[in-house]
Amino acid sequence: MRNIKAIFLKQLSDTLKNKMVLLQFLMFPVVVIVMENSVDLEGMPEHFFVKLFAVMFVGMAPLTSMSSMIAEEKEKNTLRVLMMSNVKPAEYLAGVGAYVFLMCMAGTAVFAVVGGYEGKELAVFIGAMTAGILLSMITGAVIGIWSKDQMTATSITYPVMIVFSFVPMLSMFNDTIKKAAQIVYSQQISEIINCIGTADIKPVSIVVLAAELAAVMMMFAYVYRRRGLE
Amino acid sequence: MEFAINAGNITKTFGNRTVLDGIDLKIPKGEIFGLLGPSGAGKTTLIKILTGQLRADGGISSINGKSSTALTGDDHRRFGIMMDDFGIYERMNCYENLKIFARIYGIDDSCIKTALEKVGLWKSAKTPAKKLSKGMKGRLRLARAFMTDPDILFLDEPTSGLDPTAADEIHKIILSDKAKGKTIFLTTHTMTEAEKLCGHVALLNEGKIVEYGTPAEICRRYDHCRKFRIHMRDGSDLELPHTTDSAVQISELIGSGRMETIHTTEPDLETVFMELTGKELSA
Repeated sequence: MRNIKAIFLKQLSDTLKNKMVLLQFLMFPVVVIVMENSVDLEGMPEHFFVKLFAVMFVGMAPLTSMSSMIAEEKEKNTLRVLMMSNVKPAEYLAGVGAYVFLMCMAGTAVFAVVGGYEGKELAVFIGAMTAGILLSMITGAVIGIWSKDQMTATSITYPVMIVFSFVPMLSMFNDTIKKAAQIVYSQQISEIINCIGTADIKPVSIVVLAAELAAVMMMFAYVYRRRGLE
Repeated sequence: MEFAINAGNITKTFGNRTVLDGIDLKIPKGEIFGLLGPSGAGKTTLIKILTGQLRADGGISSINGKSSTALTGDDHRRFGIMMDDFGIYERMNCYENLKIFARIYGIDDSCIKTALEKVGLWKSAKTPAKKLSKGMKGRLRLARAFMTDPDILFLDEPTSGLDPTAADEIHKIILSDKAKGKTIFLTTHTMTEAEKLCGHVALLNEGKIVEYGTPAEICRRYDHCRKFRIHMRDGSDLELPHTTDSAVQISELIGSGRMETIHTTEPDLETVFMELTGKELSA
């Protein structure tokens, strides 16, 4: 537990000085506050920007931050120093993961407040966001572990991030994309959030999320076994 | 005699390449031991095996009597490791860099100040690591190894890439730790560093220890490598082996009045390494 806490605090201290990662956590929560308070078009669904940006936040922030943090530590050989200081790989991943999760949940809290969710609606929103954040985090960890350096991680992360962040938005405008996007977890998160207050969650959303969680867990296990953390 | 580090018949291969081939070492407590060899000789691999970071394919090794493969977190706190390629958190300052490890080791923050003072970085404690010079970064790595006040220090090329002044500062720190009874395992490809610091040295080449002893002993064993260096009046230089034939030749040169100066060169570790392997140590 001491090592997890040390990694968590290290990440907190380091990220406050890392503008690129900090931006990932702050960008969408700040943008949603601005947009919700400054744009009000006729016929626009209620809290349109909360629903739009929350899903983009889920697809982007946890994924890019996890992959870049792990890849940077590998590239700069700081991860090796931690491993040699008796920090176990699981402790490192737990420390970094806890940090990313809490930062993303802080962002989620901003979306929830701006969206005005309460009671059961709030629980569904938080639950959907939590599931999405976890899926993105594990995907980011897979990319970070697989990549030898930051450049490799970035070149893999960006296409993946674009799919998970932008496909739900594009599916609003195109039925073919919407059909294809059903297998993407961020699309299901989007559909759950859009159902809040109007309809029940579709079972298919839960099935897709569970299946993708199982898939990324298997990918994580495979990549970790192949590459390890060093 | 009590040994801090023990290694018996250590072997390690990566693919088809044998990196370590039957390494035997016994390093007494309180000694600075130098492992010399060119880049790629297997020095870092041996440190990794000794400190339990890497499993050997064969042989046994132990630190303070405990098998390298069974070292725990508490054992790791009792030795400090500084590897040449160890990373530093560039965005963090010196103090914050060490604070991470103080938390991991569960030691008091006062150790950070002690370690930074020891390497002369306390005044730069709030300087971001990215603004440190190469020598200062080396000292920060060293401070990290010193933090737990370890009994044994593994220093992998501690002065690599440093200017002579910065290297000399690190030498002083190493010697002061030796004076406190600490055991120091040092890898280097600089023979002057080994001759200056080490009680015993081993010359490693292609995974094998090709020579072992005190620097003076080793050089004595290769006394036949001693040479005469002659400077001629016409400005040219002549190098002759330490043989009877050379003595005759020198006598003739003196008689002809062509010789200006003559002196003998003692073999150093570089010469010995060349004699043994045909390679330069710093290659």
